[in-house]
Parts: sequence; structure tokens; C-alpha cells
Amino acid sequence: MAASSATPSALPSSSAADAVAKLAAASVTEVTAGGSSQADDPAEAYEREHVHGVYEAIAPHFSATRYKPWPAVASFLHAQPPGALGLDVGCGNGKYLGVNTDVFMLASDRSPSLIRLARERCGLTRPDAPAAGAVSDLLVADGLSLPFRERAADFAICVAVIHHLSTRQRRQDAIRQLLRCVDAPRGKVLVYVWALEQGTSRRGWDQGGEQDLLVPWVLKAQHQHQQQQQQQQPKKKKEKKSRQRQQDTTSAAKDQAPDEPAAPAAPADGGDVGGQGEGEGEKASAEPSGQAADPVFQRYYHLYRQGELEEDVLAAGGVVVESGYERDNWWVVAANGPATPPGQQQ
Amino acid sequence: MKVLTLNFLTCAVKSCRTSADSFPLHPKDAELVSDDVELNPQLLVNLLPRIDWNALRTTATELGFPTLPEQPPTPEELQADEKMLQDLHKLLMETQISEGKLVCGACGHEYAVREGIANFLLPSHLV
Repeated sequence: MAASSATPSALPSSSAADAVAKLAAASVTEVTAGGSSQADDPAEAYEREHVHGVYEAIAPHFSATRYKPWPAVASFLHAQPPGALGLDVGCGNGKYLGVNTDVFMLASDRSPSLIRLARERCGLTRPDAPAAGAVSDLLVADGLSLPFRERAADFAICVAVIHHLSTRQRRQDAIRQLLRCVDAPRGKVLVYVWALEQGTSRRGWDQGGEQDLLVPWVLKAQHQHQQQQQQQQPKKKKEKKSRQRQQDTTSAAKDQAPDEPAAPAAPADGGDVGGQGEGEGEKASAEPSGQAADPVFQRYYHLYRQGELEEDVLAAGGVVVESGYERDNWWVVAANGPATPPGQQQ
Repeated sequence: MKVLTLNFLTCAVKSCRTSADSFPLHPKDAELVSDDVELNPQLLVNLLPRIDWNALRTTATELGFPTLPEQPPTPEELQADEKMLQDLHKLLMETQISEGKLVCGACGHEYAVREGIANFLLPSHLV
């Protein structure tokens, strides 16, 4: 995998777009060889390798570490009136489905594997969401080409998704898509992204640092067999990691997963050490022994600096209703601006 | 995929957004299954204003269900009409398209539905 073996966890160029284009160029050959017909746009090709391909490959392991809703997202869902229709764009394994059984959720994700897992989850009787399957539905869709009809929904959530898009234009387009799908002017869109400012975490990232990163995910051995049964393409994307690189990424890797809350009751669901709950994939590389053979996948992240998410909402034609910071993430509740009638948005 | 869901889906192709023919999508070779879902009258009544009734009439007919009335019931009417509640519940919440295709009436693109999951990823020439 030429692109990531030549890439430290922080992209070297000060221009993320350049770096992305360069990396994408390096990965196009492999992508094309993999049978895809979508290698036209460098940013898209880059995301295919460093986001879509990774989630397809790690889906069962990733899903096994995702249980607990962010408290603030759960409150947002509980604040919706009964009978509201909501969207969950980038729903992953569907952990927000069934949180509020008085609303109906349409959930989409770019990864067919995660959607299959979400469907299995929703089909099961869960103590936390026994009726998830009755009040939600799932489909595979790209956040930049959403199939929801204009203004169809009362609200939307998009948690830990937009930071995987590799250019600012694409991140703003993603917000524009969300706004297009909700009612105007009342429909609300909740967006969560990983923050650059993480002064209290041990990842070592903070104000002024590199915003475009590759963050490793270590696929634990016990999930690989399961993985191979379900996937056809991940093999060539697997990468063995040298001890030196483990060292490099340890500081960034040992906290909990970026899109997960600190788990207040971690022993009940996460099962890994330290009460951090659900960051198994990230944490694994910090474990000292026996992990050398676990394949490592590099996920692309854009870390948002303070104020950037609000700027992107405005650029997408939205207004900021509320915004804030919670546990290494920036979040915003956005709505359609008064001057964006249907049809004028892209 | 529930029939309710189909009422909120349109073609993912950008140039189809302005075309009235892109909604609703048309089921093709659809295999239907029926899930056992507990009736939640309040949820149905509350969802009613979000449903595009004309599109639902089209979908119901295309899937071989009895023709729906021309006008949607008001929330009060639906609340008071047990049979209508049951019928709508069966159509919207219990009926699933498990296999088949969804076809855009504007561009003709067909989205596959497999194992109950519709896939809206587009080939690059349609993005």
C-alpha cells in the first residue's frame, strides 16, 4: 500500500488538498485494480482507500466496539416530538436507532458492511432499544449524494462522519446535503466532528497542530476470521506495522475512539481496560506484546479547529442554532437559512 | 426496506432532483415480505403529515395493494378509524421489499434492493 507506507500519521504537506491529491494519485492504480470504476476524483479516490475501504474492512471489529450513544446526541434525539421523521447519515452500526422509539429514523451509511451489521443489530431485541427495527430503516448511500427527497425530514444527525471528507469543499457539500433534506426553517441538523483542540486527551493534538491526519485502526486477530468471511477486498489493504511506527502512533492511539463518548459505565458494555470503553481499535496499538501481526488500517481524519464547523455551516447556506464542544469533539445544531428556499441549494 | 421508507426516497442523481418524475421511485421485480410489527397508532398519526400521499397511492398500486383513497385522512380521522390504522400499518410498517429494484422515472437508473437493503451508491458517471 504505497500511499500509507510513505505517510506518517500527520500528512507532511501544509496543504491538505495537495497531500490528498498526491496520496490519491499513488493509490489510484490499486483502486482501479480492485475493480472500482470511480477513480476520477482524487479526493474521492483518496477517501475510498482511507475511509470507505477501511470501514468495509474493519466493520465487524469496529461495530463490536460501538455500543454507547453520545449523551448529547441521545438528548437531541429525545428532544424531538413524537412522530418526527429523522435521518441518521453515516449511521455506522446503527447505535442511535431506537434511542427514541417515538420517532422514525431513516439511517444511511456509505459502508454496505456496516449497514448489514446495523440491520442485524436492529433485528435483535436489545434491552436499550427493543423496538429499533420497528421505528427505523436502513440503506446504503453516499453522504454527498443522498437519496432523501428535499425537505422530507424533521431533523438529521451526522455523528463523526464529515471529518472523514478530505477537502473543505466536500465537507461543506455534506452539510449542504443534510440541510437540503430537512424541513425549512424548522428542521435541525446535528453535526459532530473530531476537534483539533484535545488538550485534555492523551493524543497530543491541540491548537496549531496538523489538522489532516491518518489515524491507525488495529484489526485484532479475533476479528480477522469473521472479517474474511464477510469481505472480499480487505486483504490487499492490510498492512503490517513496524515497531517504530507503533511507537509513532501510540500517543495518538491510546485514548478512546474519536467518535465515542467516554463510557460512564464502561465495564457493562466495552469490556476493555481503563474505563474508556469503546476504543479498542485505537488502543490496541499501544499494547506492548503479541500485536505485531495485527493488520493496521489508516483512516483519514480532518480535525476541526475551533469555529471551523460553524464557518462550514454558513458556507453551506445554513444558520447556527447552537454549537459547542464536548469531550474532544465540536458539535453544531444547524438549520436552513431564511434565504435558502428549496431548489436554490445544490 | 419498508414501504414507508420508499415514500422519503428519490433518485440520488443530482440532475434528477428538479424532475418530478424522480419521485416516487418505482419498485421492479419486487419480492415483498411482511414483518410482525406492533401497531403504534400515535406514531402513525404523527407521521401522517410527513407522508406524500399521492406518492404513497402510486406505490401501493404498484405493489398490488388496494387503491388508497384520493385524499389522506386527517389525523383525527385516522385516530378514530381502526381499519384505516391497521391497513396503513400493514402497508407502511410491516411490508418490506426484500429483493428487487427501485427505478427512477426520470433517468431510468435502477437501484438494487438485496436482503432488504437498498443501495444508492452511484457509478462514477452519474455522480
